[in-house]
Amino acid sequence: MAVTGIILVLFLIAHMLGNLKIFTGETSFDHYAHWLRDIGTPLLPTTWFLWIQRTVLTVAVLGHIGAATLLAMRSRAARPVRYAHRRKIHVNYAARTMRWGGVIILLFVIYHILDLTTGHLNPKGDPANPYGNVVADFAPERWYVTLFYTLALVTLGFHLRHGAFSAFRSLGQQTPKGERRARIAALVFAVALVGGYLLVPFAVITGLVS
Amino acid sequence: MNLTLRIWRQHGPEDKGRMVTYPVQDVSPDMSFLEMLDVLNERLILDGEEPVAFDHDCREGICGMCSLMINGEAHGPQRGTTACQLHMRQFSDGDTIDIEPWRARAFPVVKDLVVNRNAFDQIIAAGGYVTAPTGSAPEAHSVPVPKADADAAFESAACIGCGACVAACPNGSGMLFTAAKITQLSLLPQGQPERYTRVIGMVDAHDEAGFGGCTNIGECAAACPKGIPLNTIGRLNRDYLKATAKRAGS
Repeated sequence: MAVTGIILVLFLIAHMLGNLKIFTGETSFDHYAHWLRDIGTPLLPTTWFLWIQRTVLTVAVLGHIGAATLLAMRSRAARPVRYAHRRKIHVNYAARTMRWGGVIILLFVIYHILDLTTGHLNPKGDPANPYGNVVADFAPERWYVTLFYTLALVTLGFHLRHGAFSAFRSLGQQTPKGERRARIAALVFAVALVGGYLLVPFAVITGLVS
Repeated sequence: MNLTLRIWRQHGPEDKGRMVTYPVQDVSPDMSFLEMLDVLNERLILDGEEPVAFDHDCREGICGMCSLMINGEAHGPQRGTTACQLHMRQFSDGDTIDIEPWRARAFPVVKDLVVNRNAFDQIIAAGGYVTAPTGSAPEAHSVPVPKADADAAFESAACIGCGACVAACPNGSGMLFTAAKITQLSLLPQGQPERYTRVIGMVDAHDEAGFGGCTNIGECAAACPKGIPLNTIGRLNRDYLKATAKRAGS
């Protein structure tokens, strides 16, 4: 769970930083987007790195889902008779929404790929002009797209908050002081990452990027 | 005070079981929760009914026998308190109180509110002890133990093995218990020789007993009447990782 999660988190950081290139202008952003296909050349043929990265991410996603399914099945089996009256003492929304939050994030990722990678669900869908696709996607009249993005990213934020803390713990974080630090680090990381991602749609909808 | 109790009644392991409602009158706020159940049972016996079976022993909060899920909370609403040390002043006149047994596949119901916690003994039997006879207490200065380690070990040693962690865990995991029993030895010199075989053995026994996996939610530490902290599980995880690496390397 922790190892596959860390691979996905590394990708999320790179993806978020790459997105911020949109503020450097259309030419620069499109150049960056096309460079993603050429990483590793001339050592590797064009798009090879991209496909290696896609393979690693797919394996990590499947591993992550597999481990989560196994844990969920063990949980169900561990309590065959449910409580008639159940009260949660320790309020930890992020920890309680890991499983369904993960399903929502998966659905969002599928939509996101069809939208901005393949262009099928994008109003423009021009592979030569990713900048234009992004601007068309988050246009003010398509506010519902921005709303859906925001909700999905907030879900991701909750998932990362508990996920990052949990990864520290699984990999041996063990002191009470370290626990406080790990919780703060997880929260700051989740907020920074989600904030970074949300800058783009909100810059487009407010006309800052057009 | 007058209360309405809804109690899980189950004749035996094979019975399906059900919640049964019992009104209880004239409960003193100074009674402990178990004394209140004693009053109910005395009346049930006089009425020729079967009394409610529940586990209890010392009634001082140190034996770990009482095991009641009260209104959906392990050991009831008061933090850091076992059900036997919970007093009726925590409730109000006219309250309806739901009382259920611990729910876990590894803790099958024996009768009514009594569950079989033998699974915990199996975890201990898989390595929760020091094999060598240590004799009487040695001279305290002969083996120096850092104060922080001694404190953390003692914190873990406060575990009374009641099973509230399992009862409260949404995953039905017994990881806090297992971690406490590992940590009370792994932080002290006497526990070192068997440190890494112990953690593998006890975690395997935990999984085999049918407990769920830990997802670091923290419900266990919140429910623990002895205040075993959640980071104890981190100590277990670190030992487990080291043990796995050692096993792979040998």
